[in-house]
This record gives sequence, structure tokens and C-alpha cells, in this order.
Amino acid sequence: SGLFVWRLRNTGIRQIPCQFVHLCHVANDRLITFQYFNFLKRMYVTQYNNDLSQRAKPKSDSIVSPLRELQQLDQEKKVVHKISPISSVHQPWAETSSRNELREMKSAAGTEDSVTPVGAESKEDRQWKEMKLRLDDLPGILARLSKIKLTALVVSTASAGFAMAPVPFELTCFLLASLGTGLASCAANSINQFFEVPFDSNMNRTKNRPLVRGQISPLLAVCFAASCGIPGIALLTLGVNPLTGALGAFNIFLYTCCYTPLKRMSIANTWVGAVVGAIPPVMGWTAATGTLDAGALLLGGILYSWQFPHFNALSWGLREDYSRGGYCMMSVTHPGLCRRVALRHCLALIGLSTVAPVLDITTWTFPVISLPINLYISYLGFRFYRDADRSSSRKLFFCSLWHLPMLLLVMFTCKKPVLEKEDKGDLLGESHERAVEIRLP
Amino acid sequence: PPTDSHSDWIGPPDKHSNLRPIIFYVPPEESALERRLREARQEAQASNQRFWARHNRAFHQEKEEFIYSRLKAKGLEMRNESGRKTTLSAEEMADFYKDFLSKNLKKHLQYNRDWYKRNFRITFLMGQVALVRALRWLRRRKKNVEQ
Repeated sequence: SGLFVWRLRNTGIRQIPCQFVHLCHVANDRLITFQYFNFLKRMYVTQYNNDLSQRAKPKSDSIVSPLRELQQLDQEKKVVHKISPISSVHQPWAETSSRNELREMKSAAGTEDSVTPVGAESKEDRQWKEMKLRLDDLPGILARLSKIKLTALVVSTASAGFAMAPVPFELTCFLLASLGTGLASCAANSINQFFEVPFDSNMNRTKNRPLVRGQISPLLAVCFAASCGIPGIALLTLGVNPLTGALGAFNIFLYTCCYTPLKRMSIANTWVGAVVGAIPPVMGWTAATGTLDAGALLLGGILYSWQFPHFNALSWGLREDYSRGGYCMMSVTHPGLCRRVALRHCLALIGLSTVAPVLDITTWTFPVISLPINLYISYLGFRFYRDADRSSSRKLFFCSLWHLPMLLLVMFTCKKPVLEKEDKGDLLGESHERAVEIRLP
Repeated sequence: PPTDSHSDWIGPPDKHSNLRPIIFYVPPEESALERRLREARQEAQASNQRFWARHNRAFHQEKEEFIYSRLKAKGLEMRNESGRKTTLSAEEMADFYKDFLSKNLKKHLQYNRDWYKRNFRITFLMGQVALVRALRWLRRRKKNVEQ
């Protein structure tokens, strides 16, 4: 397996800009790593294969891998895992965009047939199915209903917020916060799908959702949402703290009752959606500290700004679907604004990274180390702004996919250590013990 | 769908509306509540089908016209030398998408309101039917236990 790791690493690195390699060397100096970014990346990327125009950073549930202090080997593994998903992303995107082009050509040719779905799905799709719920299908259906991969991503950002909080790490609190966030996210995603059935049917990437295919009734979807949301919020309020619970409930409301209907009414939905995505790390922070302070807002701000280059670049390639489906997106109605906003927020990320040490969240190495990646995404943002074509939008989108995990990773490694002078000895002893424990399998 | 089935059947997506039609099962002793639910669902299905079929057809038609007029303005033919349809670049099509969206916005707002209302009503009726059925089942069980 060591050999395997090395092979992948070699092939992978070629596809990534050098800053990444440089960062690995820097990060390798610390014994700390994020293995959950591993999962985050893989799931995030595969999620985007299926869900390309899905805007959301809603709450979603996911596999929670708590952060651990691990060996260098695991660090490399993380690198490897991060790299391989990127190559797998290129293909599906190409597939989707060529499918879109094919569709354009077909409709230009005036054919009345809808695009034949690719692969084995097409035959199954053509058959009539009994609308009866089978219990062994249920887990898969509920996973898709709750957008479990996207939930994973959201819980990861919440974990990042928890990790960055300047308090000693408490495992139970962390797990409760992650679980609560995950459940709240499931609920929000289910309600979102409940609201959007006819629209999802008409968009290529969402037409295989459970409610669209009739695999589950709307009543069951609502009951599932309630049975996730209510315990989730209760868990956050009672098991963590009321502030986190309130934020969770607010975020569910914001996503289901504001963002989802707004998508079809005004372009303001993008800003609301960015807030939805910014709240989970704030929740992670408040779960750890119990207060909403500047650090939480900064972390939320970073995620808020990140949403714009990410989503605006993505939506650039989906203008036809949005137009036909009746979704009000900047890329369709205000293309100039779309690109300006994306660039503006790439630059904002640089600014926010510089504010981090001022607020005593990280050391001053953070703005320095993160500058290359922030500059790179800003450069791609500028290219997108100037060229306004599919290739620049794709480049920006893919960059955003690895930019965020890396930024959060660097932030964590540059976290300002929270040590009292008298506790310093104890803590060091503790962390050594922990590290030793984990090294021995 | 087979005639001896006791459940609803859902079919492949419609060519024009992309929605999946449902054939509803009518049980022999359908209660008034269940009939209201079924009719609400049928009505919603018909209304959705009408809206989307018309909307999608209009989209494709207007898109054709747009491409044709643009090509004509540029002095190009609908088919190039290799015999394939000439297409416009994504940037040129962007004008059409923007235009189409703004033209249909009001129609969408109206449809959204209707859809949300119908969706809530149907789901609420489903809840009522489920509750009634559950109570009936519990009552029957109680009777069996007593006997």
C-alpha cells in the first residue's frame, strides 16, 4: 500500500499548482493533519459530479471524522486523496458540458425528443414503476433526499469552526455539535427537495431525485425532515448550547423559507445562500466557546466570500437550464455583476486572511502562507472577469474546490496556540501521549 | 400497470414536460377524504403537465427563432458545409437566456404560488389520510384482541 500511495502522489502532483506541494512541506512540519478533509474532498467532488448546479451550502449530514493528530504518513495519504478526486472531476464535467452542448445541438435541430439519458438509467427510466416503498431501498432513498454528501461538507466546515476556536478540544461537545449540525442539514435539504419537485424534474442533474422519481411520498419526506430537524436542533440546544441551537434553527429557516423560494424570484438568493453556507462554521465556533465573537464572524466571513467565486463560476455553465427552469441567477440576468462579484470576493478572501492574526486567531504566518493560494484564486477570478467564457469559469470553479479545504487546513496549522504558562507543561505532556497512542495501531 | 395492483404507478418522464405521470389506484371502498386527496393530486398533475409542456415548447421554439435570426443577421446558413446545424456560442445564446427568463418571470411567480399551495394541500391531505388509516388499523387490532 505504500507503493500505491507513492504512485498516486506522483501522478497527482503534476495536476496541481506548485503552491500545494510547497504547502505540504510546510504542513508536514506539524504533527497535525486533517484526515476528514480527505472525506470532505472526495465527497464534495463527487457530489458536484451529480449536483453541478446545486447552489447550496445548506445544512447536510455527513460522515463525521473528528480531527486527530496523526503521523506524516497520514498527511501524505491526505495529499493523495485530495489529489485524485480532482482528476475524476474533470471527466464528469466534460461529460456534462458535452451533454449540454449535445442538447443544444439537438434542440437547435428542432427535435422534440428529450435528451436520452446516458447509460443504463435510460432503460430503467422508460419503465413504469409501482409506487410502493420498499424498506431495503429506504436508506439509499433517504441518503439522496438529505443530500448526504453535501451534508458531509457542511459538517466539515462546522468542524473547522470548532477546531479554530481558542479553547481546549472537547470530544463529546464536538461530536454532539457535528451530529446536531448534520441532522439539521438533513432536514433542510429534505424540505428543499420537497419544495422543488417540478423544477428538479426539468433540470438534468436533479431529475433523479427521490421525490421526482416517486420513490417516496411528499408526506414521508416531510416526516423525515421533522424527525431529523427536531432532534437535531434539540441536541444542539440542550446538548451543546442554546446559541448554537438557535443558529441551527435559523439556518434551516433561512435555507428552506428564504433561499429556496427566492431562487425563483430574485438574484438576491445568491447572497442569502452565501449566508447559509457561512453559518455552519460559526455554529462550530459557538459550540466550542459558547459565545459569538469576532473569530466566529471572521470564519463565517471567509466562507461567505468563498461562496461567490465558487457558485458564480459554476452557474456560468448552467445558464440554459436556469433560464428554462425559471431560476433567477446572476449569471443569466446580470452576467457582468456575476463576474464582478466573484472577483471582488476572491480579493476579499485575501483581506480576511490578513485580519485573522489581528484577531488573535492565527499567527502571522497564516496570511503569508495563504497568500499564494488566495492570489491564485484571485488571478483565476480576474481571468473569469475578463474572459467571461466557459474555460475560465471552469478553472475558477475547480480551483474553489481545493482552495477552501486548503485554506482551512493552513488556518488550522497556523492556529494560535491556546496555552497558559502554568498549563503549558501539562498540555504538552498530554498531546505527546495522545500522539503516541495514535501512532501505535 | 397491471390491473390487479393496489398501488399507484409512476411512469417515465414526459417528452414535453419532463414530469413523470402517475396512474392513481382507486380502491373499491374509497372514503371521501381519500377521494379528495386523489382528485387533488390528479388536478395538480394535470396543471403541472400543462404548464411545463407549454413552457418547454415555447422555450425550444423561441430558441430556434433566436438562432435563426442571429444566423441570418450574420449572413450564415442554418447548416454549415458538413451538413450539421450551425450553433451559436454560449455568449451569444446568453442574450436569449436573459431575455427568456425576464419575459417569463411573472408567469413563474404565479406558477410558484400555485405549486406551493397545491403541494401543501396535498401533503396535508396525505397526513390526514394516513392518520385515519392508522386509527382504523388500531381499532381493528383492538377488536381482534378483544375477540
